[in-house]
Amino acid sequence: MQQIQIQPEGDHAVVVSFGKENNSVVRAGVRMLARALAEQPLKGMVEYIPAFTSVTVIYDPVLVYKEAEGQALGSGTLLPYEIVVGKLDALVQTLQEQQVPPESVVCIPVCYGGEFGPDLEGVAALSGLSVEEVISIHHGVPYQVHMLGFAPGFPYLGGMDRRIAAPRKATPRLFVPAGSVGIAGEQTGVYPISTPGGWQLIGRTPAALFLPDRQPPALLKAGDMLRFYPITRREYETWEGTSP
Amino acid sequence: MSIHVHRPGLLTTIQDSGRYGFQQYGVVVSGPMDTFAHRAGNLLVGNPPGYAALEMTLLGPVLEFQDAALIAICGGDFRAHINGSPLPLWRPVYVPAGSTLTVDAPKRGCRGVLAISGGLDVPLVMNSRSTYLRAGLGGLKGRALRAGDVLPVGARDEAIEPLLTAILKGMDREAQFGTVSWRISETLLPKYEEHPVLRLLEGPELHWLEEESQSELFSGTFTLQPQSDRMGCRLAGKPLRLGISRELASVPVTFGTVQLPPDGHPIVLMADRQTTGGYPRAGQVITADLPLLAQGKPGCRVRFQRVTLQEAQELLLQAELRLRQLEQSIVLQFRR
Repeated sequence: MQQIQIQPEGDHAVVVSFGKENNSVVRAGVRMLARALAEQPLKGMVEYIPAFTSVTVIYDPVLVYKEAEGQALGSGTLLPYEIVVGKLDALVQTLQEQQVPPESVVCIPVCYGGEFGPDLEGVAALSGLSVEEVISIHHGVPYQVHMLGFAPGFPYLGGMDRRIAAPRKATPRLFVPAGSVGIAGEQTGVYPISTPGGWQLIGRTPAALFLPDRQPPALLKAGDMLRFYPITRREYETWEGTSP
Repeated sequence: MSIHVHRPGLLTTIQDSGRYGFQQYGVVVSGPMDTFAHRAGNLLVGNPPGYAALEMTLLGPVLEFQDAALIAICGGDFRAHINGSPLPLWRPVYVPAGSTLTVDAPKRGCRGVLAISGGLDVPLVMNSRSTYLRAGLGGLKGRALRAGDVLPVGARDEAIEPLLTAILKGMDREAQFGTVSWRISETLLPKYEEHPVLRLLEGPELHWLEEESQSELFSGTFTLQPQSDRMGCRLAGKPLRLGISRELASVPVTFGTVQLPPDGHPIVLMADRQTTGGYPRAGQVITADLPLLAQGKPGCRVRFQRVTLQEAQELLLQAELRLRQLEQSIVLQFRR
């Protein structure tokens, strides 16, 4: 982990980058720092956001100042930014001796095709594969959850087979129902809430990826592995519960 | 204690200090656009700084108070009346039961905060009462106010009773409302201006811009577009061009991040910003100056002035010191 960089992002955030490339070593660094921050939040930290290759720490400069020993507000020997960087530096040093947290595997059911996956046949036609082959390729591999963003609970997934890649729809749909599983370019993903969207829809999950009154509100977190498994329309309709 | 909504205004939502702690799950923060006005409003009515208040945009609501209340209107220069009598801003105001408050368009500014002693008592969603419109979360059923709504108000703090008694004692028999003789000094307010100069930090991808565009960002004039909303302030000027065209993997963004989409017109991300973004980050408006941009009306002209991180954080700590002064002097008034 020689490539770790700590840089300011504006006056109330700091980005810890573990490298430029999104590989397993970089991802392990992201997961370890996220776990460390969850277990021992820095004084004055508001929250942290793991991303593809970095963790962003949002802090309250005033609180950092107040919490720093011996610093009266405005007395100004060290800037809040410098205090945060100092603490993150020390924390990052300790990561090297730690074990990479195990990946949780989350499995979610998908009912492929039909009205739930109106673009499945189009994706198959584009790929030159049969509908069954597309389905089996799609749920055949585990996906890494790189980060959540764009919409509450929306996972950025890595690892989709290029054979089933498909461009976004030329005209986005005005309404994509929550739970829709789609493909856009070489990515796959699930819409946690109903929104407009341009992805090729191949199926739908009855699992809730985002529930405001659940703690935590999202089914997935950055660093998890996600597996899809196929279910029938009948199983979809009788599927119960919010977590698989 | 409740408040009846007769006219909702253009866009009136309930906001507390924001929904923090869930950005790692893609949940937007929300909260007030003008954080200074929000905090000052709460201070003036004896609330803790993060209490839920109404945020009004360009045209305020008409509200009927079932019970007496202590309120304060801060932020833009909104024209407000109680039963026809003009109401002062930036002051605690005692509103008798049965009064009707009308908040019309501001002379200056865009957003106002209407704080009520006790705060608005809507359910907490993920630790916050803030409304996030796009996902329909929080506030009043996740949406903006509508005519016919009833707003629940929490119990007010006993610490404000001496102030209330003093106001009532000094209140004229015919007066429509009661207030105090003091108000927040101009010197403690942000430098609200029609065409603000915003101090800007260099963004991580500033060097992706052509050199000419880098200097244009810090010397040119940008006009606030009507499509601007709580998510972002869209600016247009001489288009800024990228010299390096590279794909940026989505990265976290914060309040004040200046994104540069391919059309070359910067967007400053505001209270309802998404948690991550894929456009190059050309700059970052300093936290202390975000209230100035929050008050920008469509058509207002904005310029950027380059500052260092040290200056930005010193300015923020100074702003905090002014707020502490304000807090102390208000608390002293309450004790009288």
